[in-house]
Amino acid sequence: MPAPDAAPLPLKQTPLHALHLARGGKMVPFAGYDMPVQYAAGVLKEHLHTRTSAGLFDVSHMGQIALRPKSDKVEDAARALERLVPQDIVAVAPGRQRYAQFTNAEGGILDDLMVANFGDHLFLVVNAACKAEDEALLRAELSDSCVIEPLTDRALIALQGPKAAAVLAKHCADAEAMRFMDAGPRKVMGLDCFISRSGYTGEDGFEISVPAADAEKLASALLADDAVAPIGLGARDSLRLEAGLCLYGHDIDTTTTPVEADLVWSIQKSRRNGGVRAGGFPGADKILAQIDGGASRKRVGLKPEGRAPVRDGAQLFADASSSEPLGSVTSGSFGPSINGPIAMGYLPAANAAVGGTVFAEVRGQRLPLRISNLPFVPHSYKR
Amino acid sequence: MTTLYTADHEWLAVDGDVVTVGITNYAQEQLGDIVFVELPKIGRQLKKAEAAAVVESVKAASDVYAPITGEVVEVNDAVTGEPALINSDADSKAWLFKLRIADKSELDGLMDAAAYQAHTA
Repeated sequence: MPAPDAAPLPLKQTPLHALHLARGGKMVPFAGYDMPVQYAAGVLKEHLHTRTSAGLFDVSHMGQIALRPKSDKVEDAARALERLVPQDIVAVAPGRQRYAQFTNAEGGILDDLMVANFGDHLFLVVNAACKAEDEALLRAELSDSCVIEPLTDRALIALQGPKAAAVLAKHCADAEAMRFMDAGPRKVMGLDCFISRSGYTGEDGFEISVPAADAEKLASALLADDAVAPIGLGARDSLRLEAGLCLYGHDIDTTTTPVEADLVWSIQKSRRNGGVRAGGFPGADKILAQIDGGASRKRVGLKPEGRAPVRDGAQLFADASSSEPLGSVTSGSFGPSINGPIAMGYLPAANAAVGGTVFAEVRGQRLPLRISNLPFVPHSYKR
Repeated sequence: MTTLYTADHEWLAVDGDVVTVGITNYAQEQLGDIVFVELPKIGRQLKKAEAAAVVESVKAASDVYAPITGEVVEVNDAVTGEPALINSDADSKAWLFKLRIADKSELDGLMDAAAYQAHTA
């Protein structure tokens, strides 16, 4: 408990803070920022609007970092970054983006991130709560070959949903031609933006990095479209959970490896045993051994059989009476598109088969959950 | 019939020796879209301040406490079937449970409408 006289740290504001207030955003502290958890429409409507039309999210709290090679050869920055992540970064072509994780010596995940090749440098987007540590890690490990430049003067706006492409196309001639995970500098309303066709909802959509001074102008123009509504962090969380996407600090952290987190798909063959650049990242021994031999536990999807949501932290048991937990829930909520409760958690590999039943302890009762395939709602990426 | 309020944002409609309990409109606004409700079993003896029911939004679960000591004599199955009723009609149709009052003096410490309005202002 903090000392009574300890004043809480002042919350930081994103460049869209005034817009959130003007649009009735209900503000909450999140990762040190004063952020909208919802607007007047509420989490359910905001969620469903994103799935059927288009939602605009302020994700400016996330860290944007340029990784510039001192040699001016982007491949040197890619090779350097491969010392910190198990992904093949060298193979990320100019104009493309890839999902990655910073790992620690034990194979745990320090953060997850997006890495884009902008031709002459790499562009990284990292989690808000981890950005200071990520920057310190990059400086400590890569300063010999790279200049690490946090882009603190830029906002980040996500436009997500089936109508996102048509909306953005009105302001950016290049938007509709992009495929999922294309990324690079583009003009939007004449502004110097970086766009990627990606997001955190399972829907088609874009993340748009824009100079902070122009952020409100861009957000207001997008919101002026009838198809677009502002969406808060509440729906962002329910959307990503339905899409089976991990939330750092909940579903993945320093104690979970990418293999345990069921993220093996994100580790290319070139970095695995037998690959051309096998290993060479923190925790490689453990992670590569788990890829070959299996991990003892695994992240799974869980569908409560009743209507009660099963929340983060609930312990999971093999049956209604056993006293020793098998694992626990790491994300749990109500899925508005599913119209029912959904969760993710970790189970021993031997108990993790899809279709099996486990029990969560909620308010002293054991509730049955079916182990389910992820995602709960199919992805609609424009590949 | 008098309506009283707790600092935990419950309302109580007193009718003889039975009170009807719900959460206030202010509370449902704070909670947001309600997606699940769990009510106490009929016949359960509740002590004042004991967790009696649970209302859950997309984001979080919130306990509803017994505002006074008493026995549960009726519950509102309409809200378990349609939790969103709390968002549309918290003050009336979305009552949660009825208690037979064990000790009428426990009502003395509760707020009237004017005091509750000041409490939430």
